[in-house]
Amino acid sequence: MSETADRVKKIVVEHLGVEADKVTEDASFIDDLGADSLDIVELVMAFEEEFGVEIPDDAAEKITTVKDAISYIDEHKG
Amino acid sequence: MRRVVITGLGLVTPLGADVETAWKNIIAAKSGAGTIARFDATDFHTNYACEVKPADHEYGFDAGKRVDHKIQRQVDPFIVFGIDAAGQALEDAGLTDMSEEERLRAGCSIGSGIGGLPGIESESLVLASKGPKRVSPHFVHGRLINLISGQVSIKYGLMGPNHAVVTACSTGAHSIGDAARMIAMDDADVMLAGGAESAICPIGIAGFGQARALSTGFRDEPWRASRPYDKDRDGFVMGEGAGVVCLEEYEHAKARGAKMYAEVIGYGLSGDAYHVTAPHPEGSGAFRAMQMAVRKSGLTLEEIDYVNAHGTSTPLGDELELGAVRRLFGDAIGGLSMSSTKSAIGHLLGGAGAVESIFCVLAMRDGIVPPTLNLDNPSDNCAGVDLVPHKAKERKVRAVLNNSFGFGGTNASLVMRAI
Repeated sequence: MSETADRVKKIVVEHLGVEADKVTEDASFIDDLGADSLDIVELVMAFEEEFGVEIPDDAAEKITTVKDAISYIDEHKG
Repeated sequence: MRRVVITGLGLVTPLGADVETAWKNIIAAKSGAGTIARFDATDFHTNYACEVKPADHEYGFDAGKRVDHKIQRQVDPFIVFGIDAAGQALEDAGLTDMSEEERLRAGCSIGSGIGGLPGIESESLVLASKGPKRVSPHFVHGRLINLISGQVSIKYGLMGPNHAVVTACSTGAHSIGDAARMIAMDDADVMLAGGAESAICPIGIAGFGQARALSTGFRDEPWRASRPYDKDRDGFVMGEGAGVVCLEEYEHAKARGAKMYAEVIGYGLSGDAYHVTAPHPEGSGAFRAMQMAVRKSGLTLEEIDYVNAHGTSTPLGDELELGAVRRLFGDAIGGLSMSSTKSAIGHLLGGAGAVESIFCVLAMRDGIVPPTLNLDNPSDNCAGVDLVPHKAKERKVRAVLNNSFGFGGTNASLVMRAI
């Protein structure tokens, strides 16, 4: 597992209060991890802080799974 | 008129996060005061308060017991305290498994005096240092006062009236009084009612300090600071926590064989129409609230055995309340015991009236009245009134009067009697 993936999963566990083993790369934030739309706004903020990237709203809307988040961050972090 | 009884109790206090622990410590004359642990208050007006203790403390609060991890992160502590106390009350009443039909007739009236001050403070700092895009998306609904009632209704599926009182330090008493009326008026059969507060944060201590409301002179011995009616009192000690009661229509409770702690029989409300923070110099608002509550109760003054006073330990307020009680009770004051449990847990502001109503209920249940701590040298006006100094006192308690008075000149009194 990549370093990005580890840090993303840690943030998801902390923010959503879910078991770490449920946070697979294919897990959907809303369907599998119990998030609502505001939780995703908060997660995106936490990713921006953690990785020093900016995730604009139109990009954030496309982040629906853990893998989507990891890929976006890997592509855009400095 | 439909009768309203109390069938469940829930408490989160600086002396215990469940009803029996808090009550045991109150009766044992313990103090919940200490040096503020959650931030360094050395340079503030005061550096002590009555904080709810962390989970690993002997009588600490474990938020994880009834509040989801995610919600704990999103909302201010007053909401967490309120959800937990409401859950306790519902469990105690045996009403966690109501049918949909019953839940349509079950509601919430849980308020707060100030609401999410710590979160307003911390998110304002985020806004100032990092800009608007870093403010939490949960900022608004994690701080709003009606979000205890909102969260509790969602958690337990309560679809009846959803209400939240905001009347400063009278909130808890108004919440219970208003909710009891909703049941009496047939708007609901069951209401979770009470108040919560958690404003022990830098802006909270600074704000009340600047208003000259806080005790400041007991940095070395904070447990001596809250001393209602004592000559050396110098302001209130901030507390935090929540109190929620489960109110239920009498026949509804009887039909299901519920235990009934007490009946809410009198509720009085008034405004001082005088000053934003100072009480009316003749205590007229306090007097009229008590008078209305007693009149509605149908009791004679001789039948009321205990007054849980507002008694915040401020130089002005305590004696004005005592004067008003004296005028109202007249000769009946000789048979009365009156104490302020704020001497032990500090002033829970919007939670005070509800927490203290629960202490009143327990006083009737156990035949014991809680003490006024630190009453070493009573003020001159205290002569002839049993203020229960230092130690709890066993006595028969048939009916009680609970007083709450708040900034803005808002007064609420409740009369309850044993079943």
